[in-house]
Amino acid sequence: MSFFSSENLEKAQVLIGLYPEKRSALIPLCHLAQGQHGHLSNEAMEQIAELLDIQPAEVLGTASFYDMLHTEEVGKYLVGVCTNVACMLGGGIELLEHASDVLGVPIGGTTEDGMFTLEEVECVAHCDKAPCAQVNYRYFGPLANGDFDQLVDDLRNDRLSESVPPHGVLSQVFRDAPAMVPLEIIHRERRAMDDEKKARLAALNKDAGGNQ
Amino acid sequence: MSTDVSQNLVTISIDGKEIQAGKGELLIAAAEKAGVFIPRFCYHNRLPQVGMCRMCLVEVNGPRGFSLQPACYLPVSDGMEVVTESEKVKKAQDGVLEYLLINHPLDCPVCDKGGECPLQDQTMAYGPGESRFVEEKRHWEKPIPISDLVLLDRERCIQCDRCTRFADVVAGDALIEFVGRGDHTEINVFPDRPFSSYFSGNTVQICPVGALTAVPYRFKARPWDLSQVESSCTTCSMGCRIMVQSSQNELTRYLGLDADSINHGWLCDKGRFGHEAINSSDRITAPLVRKGDSFVETTWASALELISSKVSSAQAAGDPNRIGFILGSRLTNEDIYAWVKLAKGVVGTDSVDSQLGDGLKGEVIASLRRATINEAVSAKAILAFTGDIKEEVPVLFLRLREAVKSGWTKIATIGTHGSSLDKLSEVTASVSAGQLQLLAKELMKESSKFPELTKLFTNQGVGADGEGLVVLLGRENLAWDQSVVEAFALELSRALPRAKFLLTLHNANFAGSVDLGAVPNMLPGRLPLGSASQATRQKWAGLPDRAGRGVKEMLVAALQGELDVLFLVGSDPREDYVDSALANSALDQVGFVVSVDTFLSQSSAKADLVLPASSFAEKSGTTTNLEGRVLTLNQKVAPKGLCRPDWAIASEIALELGDDLGFDSAAGVLDEIAEVSPLHWGLSWNRLVKSSAIEGMMIPISATSLSIRPKAMLDEISTPGIASVWDQGLPSSKTAYVENGSTSADDKPAGEPSSQTVAGPLEPIWRLAPVQPLGFMNLAYSRKLYSQGEHLRNSAHLVHLVVEAKCQVSSKTAEKLGVSSGGSVLITDKAGGEGQFELEVDDSVPNDTVELVRGSFSISGFSPVRSDETVNYVKVERA
Amino acid sequence: MSTKIVTARVGVPESFLLSTYLGHGGYSALRKALSMTPEDVHAEVMASGMLGRGGAGFEAGRKWSMLKQDPIRYLVVNGDESEPSTFKDHLLVENDPHQLIEGTLITAYAIGATRAFIYLRGEFALGLERVQTAINEAYAYGAIGANIFGSGFSIDLVLQPGAGAYICGEETALIESLEGKRGFPRIKPPYFPAVIGLYGAPTIVNNVETMSNVPWIITNGGKAFAALGKGRSTGTRLFALSGDVVKPGNYELEMTSKTFRELIYDPDLGGGLRDGRSVKAVIPGGVSAPWIGPDNLDLPLGQDEVAQAGSMLGSGSIIVLDDHSCAVRAVWRITKFFSRESCGQCTPCREGSGWIEKIMHRIELGSGTESDLDLLLDVCDNIAPGLTWPPQQTTICVLGPSIPSSVVSGIKMFRDEFMVHIKEEGCPFVH
Ligand SMILES: Cc1cc2nc3c(=O)[nH]c(=O)nc-3n(C[C@H](O)[C@H](O)[C@H](O)COP(=O)(O)O)c2cc1C
Ligand code: SF4
Ligand code: FES
Repeated sequence: MSFFSSENLEKAQVLIGLYPEKRSALIPLCHLAQGQHGHLSNEAMEQIAELLDIQPAEVLGTASFYDMLHTEEVGKYLVGVCTNVACMLGGGIELLEHASDVLGVPIGGTTEDGMFTLEEVECVAHCDKAPCAQVNYRYFGPLANGDFDQLVDDLRNDRLSESVPPHGVLSQVFRDAPAMVPLEIIHRERRAMDDEKKARLAALNKDAGGNQ
Repeated sequence: MSTDVSQNLVTISIDGKEIQAGKGELLIAAAEKAGVFIPRFCYHNRLPQVGMCRMCLVEVNGPRGFSLQPACYLPVSDGMEVVTESEKVKKAQDGVLEYLLINHPLDCPVCDKGGECPLQDQTMAYGPGESRFVEEKRHWEKPIPISDLVLLDRERCIQCDRCTRFADVVAGDALIEFVGRGDHTEINVFPDRPFSSYFSGNTVQICPVGALTAVPYRFKARPWDLSQVESSCTTCSMGCRIMVQSSQNELTRYLGLDADSINHGWLCDKGRFGHEAINSSDRITAPLVRKGDSFVETTWASALELISSKVSSAQAAGDPNRIGFILGSRLTNEDIYAWVKLAKGVVGTDSVDSQLGDGLKGEVIASLRRATINEAVSAKAILAFTGDIKEEVPVLFLRLREAVKSGWTKIATIGTHGSSLDKLSEVTASVSAGQLQLLAKELMKESSKFPELTKLFTNQGVGADGEGLVVLLGRENLAWDQSVVEAFALELSRALPRAKFLLTLHNANFAGSVDLGAVPNMLPGRLPLGSASQATRQKWAGLPDRAGRGVKEMLVAALQGELDVLFLVGSDPREDYVDSALANSALDQVGFVVSVDTFLSQSSAKADLVLPASSFAEKSGTTTNLEGRVLTLNQKVAPKGLCRPDWAIASEIALELGDDLGFDSAAGVLDEIAEVSPLHWGLSWNRLVKSSAIEGMMIPISATSLSIRPKAMLDEISTPGIASVWDQGLPSSKTAYVENGSTSADDKPAGEPSSQTVAGPLEPIWRLAPVQPLGFMNLAYSRKLYSQGEHLRNSAHLVHLVVEAKCQVSSKTAEKLGVSSGGSVLITDKAGGEGQFELEVDDSVPNDTVELVRGSFSISGFSPVRSDETVNYVKVERA
Repeated sequence: MSTKIVTARVGVPESFLLSTYLGHGGYSALRKALSMTPEDVHAEVMASGMLGRGGAGFEAGRKWSMLKQDPIRYLVVNGDESEPSTFKDHLLVENDPHQLIEGTLITAYAIGATRAFIYLRGEFALGLERVQTAINEAYAYGAIGANIFGSGFSIDLVLQPGAGAYICGEETALIESLEGKRGFPRIKPPYFPAVIGLYGAPTIVNNVETMSNVPWIITNGGKAFAALGKGRSTGTRLFALSGDVVKPGNYELEMTSKTFRELIYDPDLGGGLRDGRSVKAVIPGGVSAPWIGPDNLDLPLGQDEVAQAGSMLGSGSIIVLDDHSCAVRAVWRITKFFSRESCGQCTPCREGSGWIEKIMHRIELGSGTESDLDLLLDVCDNIAPGLTWPPQQTTICVLGPSIPSSVVSGIKMFRDEFMVHIKEEGCPFVH
């Protein structure tokens, strides 16, 4: 059973290597899987479990806690309209209703052509551009109804493919940093640092001793 | 592990009352001991605390005055002031209950937990009157099966994390998890990966609501219909303490009791749900006598008469060893003693054995220094050379897992194939039979050829004499003759005179069988045949005049026509003896086979006479677990039909033969055991029931160990099903369990423990292992929890779990064979027997080894293990 | 022109690139720090008096002093920024990732961290790209990795994406998340990260803005930082202004130098309210904070000043509601947020948040009753007994007791408006 492409499997190994404990790579691996497949399939979770030496149920348990990890299929574009307070004050709730009308799907629904899934999202930290929306976590705002229609039109006609990759592709930049410094070396260094510090403090105390 | 807290006491005040508590003890537990019950849901004394439900909030004084704190999460500290009854506390607790109920379906009338539900009970005790919640409740599909044995109703779940914590932390099977977030959180499994843990039933037992229910118990009973007694599970040698519950003379449920030295409240599913076999309509309920190809029912009187005539004519042949007895693992100590007394004392044969090729020689077992379970889990280090403990003694696996995860001990495992212990082991090493002698001799030597093992043990502080080392000794590979293991154990015991051994053999009461002389050459009390105690001579009609045969020798003798009468008492050699080919052809040759059994097993189905025996819970008695702890078994239901307890059957036979065994109750048998066996000095039914019911008593008992240490209080919310039945006013053992037991002076046994020695030191005998023939592979033969067996076959909800026999090899070997997982292979043994098996790739199996997992293949007559070989090799080909 | 510390390069073209950063003297603070002893670096931060910028407002230097000196210890930067209407870290990670990295490395050196992690909110796709690019550049430049700038100090820095869960901003939940688990906050005590944190090792968790201030402090000295602001409120802060103002946005201001009124009305800052409307309420410090009314607009923007008025400066976000906005609707929307974001561990928070949201929704839609108001307050009281500020709690973390803030503020300040919804069976405002 292999879900990850060989290229992504290599990336997965790099990600796992970044942490003192493997399981820490769980969320990054879920993102990697979504980038490959658009959503987090059972096969993906099973392979992640295997790579991290845990049970698939543990991967599901963790993944399902997070809004960005979708275990069900979603559209190519995940459109999230914010209705939290700042956006609400700017008309976010009405924008969401408009989006639902324009796309012809209820909140949480996916258009028949598989292009769009509509979500109501909590504050996405773009409040100065209220009301705002995100498409595959790329930000747009402020959006009047007409701006939203234009956005949908642009997406439909591939005019934004440069700036908005398909769903799941989160960061298009991967870590290319050289190998990690082995933890033993770090530990040795820190021990030396701590010893030096202790010595300095001891000297300091001795100096200060007379004044007390 | 229990720690002695008396050194480290602190004083705290609860509701103005000063109490003493162990430093670092959790407030909720300390309060409970002082008689203050703080309500709770998520807290469970055997699980790490999470402090999630917030039901246990109490006011605690801190630097900023009194504030609400979770009592389940707070360690007590000196001078702590706690208020559990203020308005503020009451309001917080009412609030939590109200919150828990707003989304709860309130379907108590149709809920299996109704009447024993902590949520229901605490709502009555602490809750507000009516709900102010008028909104729509949360809905989930209900109930959904999450395994063959467990159903989940997510609407009833209160997210206490008990089941998930148990599965992950205790069992190590993180197959159920919280899924989702906030008030949409549910418990669930991964799609198509059911909660198929050996320990799944425990989650049902500890669920504080009716969210998890057991399929076998569904809609079966209500707590007010139930009554219960304490007992011990006899599915394996662990001796887990259980509560046996029944309704209208039918067993309904077993629940784990929290015995600190044994099972901590946990059970394996095979033990927990095995009661269904006892209710089975396939039970033998009357004596059956063979008429041609079939049986006809007969009366006890004519059955006994028939036995008497067969035994008499065999006796007339002059050689008492023409009569043999093979005792099985179902038997209580009292049953064993009665049958040993009948065989050795009345019939006069020493051919009595209870080790069906999957155990060890009685004399070897008797000569090894025993370790207790508690000694093992706190040993400096453990050397494991044993069958897979999770498969064979499942709850011991939980204890070991806890010990390793908590850092109490470290394990090194040696063997020929992978096991569940590997993941818990610091070091795993494969060994060949040829290396064992060297290993035993050199283990703690500086120059050892096994540096990894030696280094681990030395680092852990194991002494050069083995001080601090516990050896888990079992039958790692059933394809190796037991003599290999025996030689290893004796060699090791000689090299490391202070190492201790915990025998991890599977069969229930193997220890009692050895202690009571159900092996050749020994008498009750582990006394050699020639050194019967004074009491034995007085109580027994006679003693065998020569040494008898063990199971293997009996079978060989039978093959040669030298066995006239064979008693199979709860034993089924045709299925259970490792060399089933030998067992089958040998049993065909015996003149007259009497089987005392509960089901028509493969052996009893071919016997000449079958006697119906009482099953578990149909009789009282005692059993001895693997560490040598004597535990009580209590009768709960009336025996089916004409069934009788095994000890009583032995008595009847003796009477028919003209001898009176001299007892008419199980308690009477125990009294005689205590007289005859120096090992059992001080034991009596009264003492076992009165003072130490829950923990049993370790034997031999020393005069000082008679005072019993206080027992844990029962947390009704930890084990709702037990407390609720007690509330019905049953049974008397409640007091024994809850009160601090102590033996009164007049309850002390007379005299002192005898210092009579048990079997003396034995010399290891090393037999040369045969050379591996060209083209043959090492054979590893193992058992799973759900490998075939009569009990499983008759337990309605376990029978689906029985595993098929299969053959496992490493991926490399599979490649060599040109077969992939799921394909089939042909296995040929040295004698030319053949069997076809499904192949499974498993990289815990070393290359050049094939592991056969026991299933039902013995039925086909193919037996890859030849009992005349020290080590078995087989040929494997693509089928 | 007031001092800009963390936003000095915001607006500079390609401010996020290493070349730009170096052109502005970037990484000289790290070089300087590495030439000092860790204690001296720590002492500078101590002298700056800088309060953490994540919300709790605990002094950074003091937190570092509390780090248990175990051989293995970690640094985790909190960039989860999900408190509604807070968008300051968003600005910093996208516009000046190197400043964040430099601050993180200096801190790692000062506390002797074994490894450093930046946990960034998953939705910050661009931020993740910018920070990862910057980390890659910094490794290549020799600022991260083995033997940094030949100093003998080595450390690795790992960027961890979140995946959408507000609670992971809470430091112990963040640690759980970083361990690959559900974001369940841990119980304090004993889980103070500085004692038991990531993988059970002592851990310092600091906010992105906190870290971004560190290079300036090392370059200019802690004293220079402390000279800005007043009292405990030293240095500058990024105020994220949103809601019914003409010019919402991030404004870096010397602390206490301006009042709420000035921030809202100054033409260079908020630019006043739209259509000449007036202020109805202000939510300072994120939606967890109690609201303040127009009578408090002259409070200076300082930690203690806002606390004295019964609220908190929190994450430095300020939402303005004008007189055409519905308070009931705002309260409902905030409770909906908490209900969605409760991690689900604690019964009061899990069940209470959902219940409160349902009642609030009913009231907003016009099917509430007068007794619902008492019910609301009582349900809140069971999460935060006494409904005081700062709150008491029946829960593990402070998300729970944050739920009542808006409800209590709303009912206290705008009871009439609630009653209109109830009596007229609907919301009187046009949306
Ligand atoms: C519910 C909750 C959410 C929080 N969210 C954030 C957050 O998004 N970002 C942040 O830096 N701190 C957040 N915090 C505060 C952190 O727990 C922690 O105090 C902070 O990261 C410490 O950094 P500082 O000392 O630099 O401020 C949150 C706290 C709580 C209780
Ligand atoms: S208060 Fe809420 S968010 Fe915080 S730990 Fe409890 S349930 Fe989770
Ligand atoms: S929080 Fe203490 S028992 Fe649940």
